[in-house]
Amino acid sequence: MNSRRAAWCFAGPALLVIGVFFFLPVLAALVMSLTDFDIYALANLDNLRFVGLRNYAELLQTPLFWQALGNTLYFVVVGVPLSIAASLGAALLLNSRLTWFKGLFRTAFFAPVVTSLVAVAVIWRYLLHTRYGMINHGLDQLGISPVDWLNDPDWAMPAIILFAVWKNFGYNMIIFLAGLQSIPDDLYEAAGLDGAGVWGQFRFITWPMLGPTMLMVSILSMSGYFQLFAEPYVMTQGGPVQSTVSVLYFMYEQGFKWWNLGAASAVAFVLFAIMFCVTLLQLRFAKGAEA
Amino acid sequence: MRDGVSRLRRFTRTMLLLVACGVLASCAPRKEPGVVLKFWAMGREGEVVTALMPEFERTHPGVRVEVQQLPWTAAHEKLLTAFAGDVMPDIFQLGNTWVPEFAALGALLPLDAQVAASKLVTPSDYFPGIWDTNIVDGKLWGAPWYVDTRVLFYRRDMLARAGYAKPPQTWAEWMKAMNAIKRRVGPDNYAILLPSDEFEPLMALGLQNDEPLLRDGGRYGNFRSAGFRRSLQLYADMFAQKLAPMNRITNVYHEFGMGYVSFYISGPWNLGEFKRRLPADQQQNWMTAILPGPSGPAASIAGGSSLVLSASSKHPREAWQLIEYLSRTDTAARFHELTGDLPPRRSNWNVPALANDMYAQAFRQQFERVKPAPKVPEWERIATEMRLVAERVTHGELTVDEAVVQLDAKADHILEKRRWMLARKEAR
Repeated sequence: MNSRRAAWCFAGPALLVIGVFFFLPVLAALVMSLTDFDIYALANLDNLRFVGLRNYAELLQTPLFWQALGNTLYFVVVGVPLSIAASLGAALLLNSRLTWFKGLFRTAFFAPVVTSLVAVAVIWRYLLHTRYGMINHGLDQLGISPVDWLNDPDWAMPAIILFAVWKNFGYNMIIFLAGLQSIPDDLYEAAGLDGAGVWGQFRFITWPMLGPTMLMVSILSMSGYFQLFAEPYVMTQGGPVQSTVSVLYFMYEQGFKWWNLGAASAVAFVLFAIMFCVTLLQLRFAKGAEA
Repeated sequence: MRDGVSRLRRFTRTMLLLVACGVLASCAPRKEPGVVLKFWAMGREGEVVTALMPEFERTHPGVRVEVQQLPWTAAHEKLLTAFAGDVMPDIFQLGNTWVPEFAALGALLPLDAQVAASKLVTPSDYFPGIWDTNIVDGKLWGAPWYVDTRVLFYRRDMLARAGYAKPPQTWAEWMKAMNAIKRRVGPDNYAILLPSDEFEPLMALGLQNDEPLLRDGGRYGNFRSAGFRRSLQLYADMFAQKLAPMNRITNVYHEFGMGYVSFYISGPWNLGEFKRRLPADQQQNWMTAILPGPSGPAASIAGGSSLVLSASSKHPREAWQLIEYLSRTDTAARFHELTGDLPPRRSNWNVPALANDMYAQAFRQQFERVKPAPKVPEWERIATEMRLVAERVTHGELTVDEAVVQLDAKADHILEKRRWMLARKEAR
């Protein structure tokens, strides 16, 4: 009994902080998502109407929300595998015994992660410039006609994906590198003796041994990529023709630009529900793969 | 471990020191004599206005002004948060399109009585359209501080080469002139720049019609009116006839200097930028003109910033004196020198600095004709929808007829709460 009380004493402060700064605001947001809280309500609470699930119903009827969801899914479905592949590839190269200047490359690949997004976005806007950009200049050398990256509705999202993958792959690369270094060398030696080639070693040793790392990286990347916001905010402001509006960008505009806090809270809960389901699926999938 | 202990000790010592400092400071005599006015201003104006304060403090003994500068990008959010947290300043700068919103919030003090009694603030000296932006529901909520509108920046030499000695005055002439330029500059260059991330050019064209953009006291959208249809058609034609480029421009000054575009609808901040950024041999080649209208000179946007008093201010008398001081012609002239912002009073436009500036003359003519945006808090949101729908029209995804129907539906939806509130007010 005594030890139980002691346990509560230790956990109490943390629980209190979590309760006040996490659960209470989440609860308040949930209540708010059932009202039409806006600037009129800010002026006078008499102007607040309880609207039940209307925010949710209207949200599901808003074409821009569906477009934002589609854009976000596009970003996640293309961006996450691309980012993981880039991270894994870079980690494998850096882990190879044949690579020189490992420290230099590790730093160089990790540098984009720690640089300010706004600063690199400005540089990428120059790289992606239609007429003076380096990327189009390179394509021109290959005989490919210039692409209007950030102003063509079909190309804006691929440009954002390219930028996001470049910006973020270094982080997962470090995690993969740690995972690779924890694989004992004798496994590779044994496989080598059994006649396994490079591909065989990757397929039957590296890949399964990286399983838990892979699961973690995919969950982290997925939840990170679902929260796409800063890239379009800085590079395209959601344009052209709203082809880079993400769910979070949509929520930001509803909440902090138009002060429709009720509707914005509803967006937050819908996004939460989607991400929760996808994470559950990932865990289920990982368990299935283990069994 | 040892290291951890010594670090903890050092931390404790620092904290003790900090606490001691705090106690000492609060004990020290800190009596503020007289009144402290909190004044929030945005961007460049916030930086510069501090230079005008010593003179005010000298002529108003016992009053001290604390200026806080807000970045424009965070200003709206910060003001709303300050209102929600009841920590509003006494006096602040407010973009005049935000006046209806803050008036609806009840954050502002009406100024009708002060102005009626004032010898310094004389409404008849102000550009009427600008003054009007501060009147919401029949009450005056702010005094114009500096003004802003949209006019036509154009390349004089390009227009001359296309056979035009004077800038176009009507929409028809304008289209003709742009087509003539386009024929000369070829398929890789254009006649006019209409940035897709700005709603102001289309809004200015929309304001040129007699029909208002919203109808029934701001209860419903009025985009299906014949007037707005004409404006949107003109805007769409500029893209359809390849007179305006679709792609985004990184450096307007460079493109304008290169002749990539010959017309550009923009505001007063570009007066200084064009003078600074275009090379000396091109300074004779650009000029400003008032916006062409459906059939001759017409309206443009009444923009700019006003000075307003907070409803919660404890020193409204002193704060109003600060507004009066900043509205005086001589202070305004000084302010124009410091910022390049254009003054809202006609008498200021007669001082040599402005009267002799040939590039600024179009602005003066335009200010006499400006019209305020619809005075509802939801306007900026509706204008953003207008920009997005117009962008879809220029990409060929919507026709003008479909667009105006869609716009009205969106505006009506956004205005639903306003209609409910107005109906409730009438029922009482």
